[in-house]
This record gives sequence, structure tokens and C-alpha cells, in this order.
Amino acid sequence: MTAPVGDEGPVNGERPGNGERPGNGERLGNGERLGNGTPLLEVRDLAVYHGQLRALDAISLQVFPGEVYAIIGANGAGKSTLLRTIAGLHQPTEGSVLLDGRDVTQLRPERRARQGIVMVPEGRRLFGSLSVEENLQVGAAYARPGGSWTIDAVYGMFDWMRERRSQRTAQLSGGEQQAVAIGRALVANPRVLLLDELSLGLAPVVVQRIYGMLPQILATGLTVLLVEQDVSQALRVATHIQCLLEGRTTLEGRPADVTAEQVEAAYFGLAGAASAGQAGEGMDSLWPG
Amino acid sequence: MAWVNAIIQGVLTGGLYALFACGLSLMFGVMKVVNLAHGDLAVVAGYIAIGIITVTHVPALWSLLIVVPVMAVLGYALQRTLIQSALDRGVLTTLIVTLGLSMVIENGLLQFFTANTRGICAGCALVQDSFSIGSQIQVAWLLVVIFAVAVVVLLGLQYFLSMSKYGRLIRAVADDKEAAQLAGADYRHVFGIAAALALATVALGGVGYGMYSTLDPTAGTDTILLFAFAAVVIGGLGSLWGTLLGGVVLGVAQQIGAQINISDELLAGFIVFLAVLVVRPQGLTSRRAQS
Amino acid sequence: MSLVTEASTQPAAAFRVTRSRRNVAWTGIAALVVVVVLALFPYIVYSGTTAILVQAFIVLTLASMWNLLAGYAGLVSVGQQGFVGLGAYFVLIFGLHGISPFDALPVAAIGCGVAALPLWWLVSRLRSGYFAIATWVLAATIMLFIERFSSIGGGSGMPLPGFTGYSSTLLTAYTYWAGLAVTVLALVAIYLLLRSRLGLVLTAIRDDEVAARSSGARVGLARMLVFVVAGIGCGAAGAVLAISQLQVQPSADFSVTWTAEMAFATIIGGLGTIEGPIIGTAVYMVLQQTLASYNAWYLIILGLVAILVALFARRGLWGLVDERLNVKLFPVGYWLRTANGDRRLGSRRQN
Repeated sequence: MTAPVGDEGPVNGERPGNGERPGNGERLGNGERLGNGTPLLEVRDLAVYHGQLRALDAISLQVFPGEVYAIIGANGAGKSTLLRTIAGLHQPTEGSVLLDGRDVTQLRPERRARQGIVMVPEGRRLFGSLSVEENLQVGAAYARPGGSWTIDAVYGMFDWMRERRSQRTAQLSGGEQQAVAIGRALVANPRVLLLDELSLGLAPVVVQRIYGMLPQILATGLTVLLVEQDVSQALRVATHIQCLLEGRTTLEGRPADVTAEQVEAAYFGLAGAASAGQAGEGMDSLWPG
Repeated sequence: MAWVNAIIQGVLTGGLYALFACGLSLMFGVMKVVNLAHGDLAVVAGYIAIGIITVTHVPALWSLLIVVPVMAVLGYALQRTLIQSALDRGVLTTLIVTLGLSMVIENGLLQFFTANTRGICAGCALVQDSFSIGSQIQVAWLLVVIFAVAVVVLLGLQYFLSMSKYGRLIRAVADDKEAAQLAGADYRHVFGIAAALALATVALGGVGYGMYSTLDPTAGTDTILLFAFAAVVIGGLGSLWGTLLGGVVLGVAQQIGAQINISDELLAGFIVFLAVLVVRPQGLTSRRAQS
Repeated sequence: MSLVTEASTQPAAAFRVTRSRRNVAWTGIAALVVVVVLALFPYIVYSGTTAILVQAFIVLTLASMWNLLAGYAGLVSVGQQGFVGLGAYFVLIFGLHGISPFDALPVAAIGCGVAALPLWWLVSRLRSGYFAIATWVLAATIMLFIERFSSIGGGSGMPLPGFTGYSSTLLTAYTYWAGLAVTVLALVAIYLLLRSRLGLVLTAIRDDEVAARSSGARVGLARMLVFVVAGIGCGAAGAVLAISQLQVQPSADFSVTWTAEMAFATIIGGLGTIEGPIIGTAVYMVLQQTLASYNAWYLIILGLVAILVALFARRGLWGLVDERLNVKLFPVGYWLRTANGDRRLGSRRQN
């Protein structure tokens, strides 16, 4: 089944002013990112507390249209908190979230979803007593007008879904549920798709297959911001990465521009580039999976 | 033969109890609200009907055209303001707030209408007539009509919940309101719709009760609330048709109790309620172990 | 490196943990004085006043019990009126067998405590909403069951026997002292309970039940104990009620209005503090006395105030005072006393 749109370029008319977007694999000069106009999604100096614990401290990031922006870090680093704050489920004590230059920090989650920030939450969070199709219908209930992701298009992307659309989602496997969760977010016609820990609880083969859908999704003009525990997986799909440790940013840049030692140091918070014998090997060999 | 009469009456009364219970099941199931003022709101609906009939002299059933929409709007308003604020603060606050609402309503009615009982349409043919099956069984027309109304209401609710956009939203929000927010749904608005439905159905129950029996300010907490909860619990939370089953079981239990000893009618019903709470709190229709 | 040496040069006993500050001694003496003065009331005030105070004692006892249940054990019961009625009927039954109501009072209270055990078995596994409704149904069932027996008055009740031989003044005085005794005993019992190890478990439950359970606290046992104590307390209050009314009346003794009154008094005064029910009862009595001539109005206002307090001033009136003055009349918490000053342990929820 083919993607709902061809590879020619943007489909919907609502794009930010810069127009261009990087395809996967395009390499840019050091420090340059395409779309030097307004970022599609921006976070400025975000500080978030869980009770008295500071979960995020002065976090900033910019996501430009068409990018796959990956946030990595150990458990408890604050990755999911960051994504949930962008989605509107947490209120920051300081800082702001901007969509297309407009401050959305005060908007409730449902308003942000209707504006185009749609999250696929950690653990899928499907509506267990509803069928597959009903889950998609709820996702489409408040969709932004004019999108190419209809329920039919989602069935097109996952070939098993149409036949089993009347099944209750509680009976699906983990990978199938993840697919429905992504579909539910897509039919809302997002501008930025937030993916929270897609790989959690899924077999590696399934995870590969799901991340393999990303090109199709990007081809329709979406931008992706994802949180991923599996660093090698994140490095494979991302056009830009940011590493968090204990609520702070320890690394930021494009996968091509960072070394394995830098990522490892940023991930674990080591003072300098640590492991001696690892220099020169490919990045993939450091990480499991 | 007295027993057959009793059982038939018990079954039909189950329809009235289902009307009380389905709204409670909605609010309890969707929002996790134990609305202690539920019975009093049914009584309010009955009093509004009495007021309309007294002022405009329309036939009793016509008053429903005003009472039901008014109660639906009241339900939405109450939910969006009072009950949502209480929900945001926890279970205890919700119980206190709904208990407070119940007290205010009951004593307000006492203050303005006195403790006298009132009936709706006491002399009407609908209320008094009955028909016979065979030579020894008498069935009151009113009960049959109320039962039919209950079935129609339950069918309508079932259709609404399974087929319509807002019905899906109500079920989705009941499953996971945060995920519904992420999909763009304002769950507080959806709660309001559910509450509007709940109060619309309880209005029908209140008017029916005013015809079948009599209304007084404390009827809400004396009988109606506990009957509604009994029907919900016995039938099983989360099942609309379960409220009808629960209502029927309650009604039959009450009539059997009355046959044994005329003053044991209420007691028999409550004993069955307690038994279900202790042995199988998830109710008769639920498949889960413990809700 | 430098951190370690700094710590070792600190003086050994730089702080200590105590139960209370200086003021408790004064509070204790003040409380004693108050009780003695109250005990003298039948000699110095009119019987109308003592009758009002008996009402206050009943409500205060009930509110303190409800506070214990909901504020410390997390048990929100809407059926305590069952114990009120049971206490009243125990006094009646003993009275019918020739025992004076005043002698029957403690036995009635114990009887309610015993009755609480099978009732607890019935409802203990239910969670919040179901638990609340179950307690209400239990109370209604008990009432309906009692109403079957015409020998104890059936549905309309009957006067309490056993008052022959008491002059009117003596009766008023004894009733008043019974009410005072019940209230004082109830408050003292609750104070001692919360200061004990059980009290620590209860405060842990109040603050975070899951954490309490996982740290090994015997949550189930603590709750059962609280339920039984509340049964005894409410039963005793019910006995005083019957004595003060000189009769039992099922619809009044088992009315859910009792639960509303004890719950609202607690909430308005402040849930989870011993002082709260005292303040709440005072508010209730003021409302009732000033609006009594307007029939149901005081209950309407009480309900409205309770709603407002529950929504906007969750720690009640005593919570508002406590935050400003940091005062505890009944010290059941812990203080950290250092050279730099005293600090109450547990910043979020006090007592």
C-alpha cells in the first residue's frame, strides 16, 4: 500500500514561511539547519517541577518543519516530562512553548491538539472498550481541517487494520496497539507529531517496523519530535538529537556531527570523553539492539 | 395468584428503578462521581412538573416537554461548575459537595413547599386504570407505560453511546480522559453532556414516581437514591441494560418481601442489595472480578 | 573530601525531637479548667442552656468520630446514623428490662462497638464510593429491621422508661453530665489514640495510604479499630440523644441528617485535626441557635457553607488559623528543636 501522498512535497496548504525541508540523509554543514526562519515548535527555558523535585531545568529546543527531532537520555532524565509539557499535560513553572512562533503555554492539552501538537502517549493509552475504528474516530473528532490523513489512509498504511477494525483494542498485540495509537494521532491532522517511547514493551523487530513508517509520515508534511530510550534506534532515524540528564541538556546536534563518546558522556554524565578502547568504532556497536 | 401478581408488579417496577439508575450509572461509570443528590434531583423534577401543571393546567405528561430539557440544562450546569470543581479535589470533596447539595435541596423544598406529600395527576385515568390478564391478575397501566418508557430510554441511550460522536467521546473519556484530551476532546464538556443525559433520565423517573407514588422533600434520600444505587450495583456498573436487570431484581425482591410480611417490602430489597455488595459487588452482568 | 571533615566537627546533640512545645502544659491546664467550669453549669445556668449544650455535646462527639474515620483512616462513612440509632435503642431495650438509662449508657456504647465488628466484615473490602453507599444501606437496613418490632415501638418509637424517681432538675443535670462525660471521654480517647503507635499508622494512612501499606503498617487492623471506636462513640452519642429526648424515634434517630451534620461540622472546622470538630460544632450551634426560628434554614446554610469550605478552604477554619499561628491545642505531632529555633516536622499536612 502506498503512502497517501507522493514524494513531490507538501500537501496541505498550511506550512510555515520557510518552505524547504531536509530529506533524510541530507547532510548540512556544521551548525546549519534548514529553515532558518521560525521554528515550527520551540521550547524556551522550560522549568518543570514534580512536587518539590525539579524535573526539567532551563530546557530549550527548536524543531524545524520536516525534521525528526529525537530526545534521548536515561530513565528519569526528564524526556517524557518534556514531551508531556509540550503536549500540555504539565504546566511549567518557567519558560514557554511556542507553535509557529505563537505562545501556546497557557493552552490546555485539547486546544493544543486542535492547533496541531498531537502526542502518541507512552504506553499507547488506547481506549480499551472501544474498537479500532472507534479509536480512530475519536482521534478524528476534533481534527484540524484539510489534512490528508483520513481513517482510510491509516488503513492504507497498516494493511491488517481494515479487516480487524471492529475488534476491541484491548485484544490487540503490543505492536498492533502502537499502530492504532499512531493512527489515532495521525487522523487528528497534526503539524507536529510527538512520539513518547514508541519502543517500550515491544519486540525489536516490531519497533523497527514501526519506525520504518516514519518516512511515509514525514512525506505528508509532518514534523516529528520523539523520545526514545533506545539510543541507537534514535540515532538511526533522527535528523537532530538532544540528550537530557537529570533535567538538563547535555548534548545537542545532528547525528552525523556527534561521536559515540560524546553521546555516551552526555547520556551518563561523565566529565570527559571516557572509554579509551572505543574510539574509531562505529556508533552502533556500543549499544545493544 | 397473589404471588404472580406480586412478581409481575415487581418486574414492572424495575422499569421505574431503571429510570432512576441509568443516570447514576452514567455519572458513576463515566466520571466516577457518587452523586448523593441524585434522588433529590429526581424529586426536584417532580416538583417542577407539579408547578407547571398547577400553573398551566396542562395534562401531566405534557409537562415533561419542559421538565426534561430544563433538567438536562441543569445537569450540564451543575456538572461544569459544582461537580467538576469537587472532582478536581478528590473523592471526599465530591461526597461532601453532593451531600451538601442534597441537604440544600431537601431543606429548600421543605422550607418552600412544606413536608406535605404531593402526587402528580392523582385523579387521572392513566394512574388509576388497570387491566386484567385472566380473572385474577391485575396490572396497572401506569407501570406498563413506565416500563415501556424505560426500555425506550435504554434503547436510545445504547444507540447514542454506540453510534454517535458524543457517545463515543463519552465512552472514550470514561476509559482514559487524559488520552481523550490528547486527541483534542475537552473532557469537562463531555462530562457535562453525560450529566445532562443523567438528569434528563432521572427527571423521567421523578415524574413517574410522582404519578406512581407521592413526592415529598425527603423522598430523594429516603428511597430513590438507595433504589437507584441498588439497581446499579445489583445489575453491574458499566452496563445500561444491567440497570434494568438490577431494577427488576430489586422490584421482585421487594414484592416477595411484601408478600411475606407487608411491612418488609423495603427491608427485603435492601437485604438483597447488601448481599450483592458483600458477595459480588461488581454486579450480575459484570465479567470482571472486582471493579 | 572537605565535606567529610566539616560534618565530623559538628556538636553531638545539636537537635532533639519532642512531642510538643512549652504551650501544651498550659493548654492541658486550660482544658481541665474548661471541663470543670462546664461541669458546674447545672448549678449556675438555666436548664434551657444546658439543653442546648447537650445538643452541642452530641454533635461534637459525632463530629470527632467522623473526623477520625474520614480524616485519619480514610473511611468516608455516610451511615454513622446507624450507630446513633443503635445506641438509642440499646438504652431503650435495657430500660425495658429495668435498667436506668444512665447505667445503660456505657453498656449501650460497648454494645455498639461489638455490633461494629460484623458490620465491618460486611463493608471492609469495598472501596470509597461503594463503601459510602454500603454504610448508608446498612444504616437504613438496621432501622427497617428495628421498626419491625412493635415491642420496642415499631415505626413510631416509644418513650424511654426508667426515669421514674428523677426530679426534673436532677434529670436535666444528669443528662447534661452524661453528655459532658461522653464528649470528654471521646476527645481524650481520640487524643490518646492519635498519640499512640496506632495514631502514627493512622497519620501515615491519612497522608499516603500506598506508602503506609508498603512500609508494613497494619492498615487493615488500624481501620477496623477506628471503625469500632467510631461505632462506640456514635453509639454513646445516640444514647445521650435518647436520654435527652426522653424517647426513641426511628426516623429521627436513624436520620441521615446526623451524618450530614457531623460531616459538615468536621469539614467546616477542619478535617484531620482534633481541634477542627470543636470549631465546626461551634459554628453549627451558632447557626442553629440564630436560625432556629426559621425552621430548615440553618441546614440550608450549613450545607452551603460546607460546600464552600470543601471547595475553597479545604483545611477548614482551624486550618486557616493553624497556618497563621502554628498552634496546636492537642499536640500529636513532632517538633524538631534546634539551636536555631523549632520546626514542626512534616511540612505539608500537620498533626
